Amino acid sequence: MAFGAPLSSTDTMPIVSPGFTGRRQSPDVQLPPGQYLAEDFPVLTAGPTPRVSTDRWQFTINTEAGQRYDWSWQQLIELPAEKITTDIHCVTKWSKLGTRWKGVSLDVLLEDVETAADFALVQSYGGYTTNLPLEDLIDGQAWIAYRYDGEELTPEHGGPARLLVPHLYFWKSAKWVRGIQLLLEDEPGFWESAGYHDYGDPWREQRYQGD
Amino acid sequence: MSDTHVDTHVDGNALAGDLREIFAVDLTVATGQCSGCGYKGSVASLRVYQNAPGVVARCPACEEVVLRLVRGRDRAWLDLRGTVSLEIPLPS
Ligand SMILES: [Zn+2]
Repeated sequence: MAFGAPLSSTDTMPIVSPGFTGRRQSPDVQLPPGQYLAEDFPVLTAGPTPRVSTDRWQFTINTEAGQRYDWSWQQLIELPAEKITTDIHCVTKWSKLGTRWKGVSLDVLLEDVETAADFALVQSYGGYTTNLPLEDLIDGQAWIAYRYDGEELTPEHGGPARLLVPHLYFWKSAKWVRGIQLLLEDEPGFWESAGYHDYGDPWREQRYQGD
Repeated sequence: MSDTHVDTHVDGNALAGDLREIFAVDLTVATGQCSGCGYKGSVASLRVYQNAPGVVARCPACEEVVLRLVRGRDRAWLDLRGTVSLEIPLPS
């Protein structure tokens, strides 16, 4: 995907609607199976909320061959950013429609990374991890998001920056993201190794292992 | 920026119901040892985070995860890799 390409050009992610401005309240809005509509934005956390100041924040991509690429906060926010409007689906069954984010596409961050990896393990400040196929992080499907609803992303919602992968259950959108380890073989993350589904497609209701 | 952590945990007594269903004894009085730092204490002394896809219990000394419990529709997953051992009192 080229820098700054309009989101509407991607047909892999129909839930993105950049021109959307108001809140949808139609009762016949389509949600993934088993989900309900949340009006607020529930805060889920598996531990104390890390407070990472932007002057010591760093984002790192490590390849399977041991090559390392990193970005400071300043370098991140100087990269071309996109505004994303998207629905999000939490495995605890709430969905929120038309959430508005700003962030850097993983296509931009991975552009110069040489890798033969098929898998990614996303790592966060505070120790959280989540895994996904590398192909789900590219082609306009994933961002490092640092603004939400027109404001800085708060620590409660994963600030200073979080992963945003809205086509999968929201536990994959790791808060307080600090890096990605690229891997030749899949390695389960924090919830994936404790009963949750390895992939987590909300439209196929892949909540738990075996779903 | 403040150093205070926003923290929403409760104590390990919150695990009583979930653990009793699986073990049929009250495990909150068991003594666990943290694999991260070696801390020994009752399950009731753990820091429990419940607003999450599962229940996460952390060591009060080092904050490492010592127990994870996920409830599915007809199954539960108990991950104890952060716990060296559980010493469970039994009637003599
Ligand atoms: Zn410990």
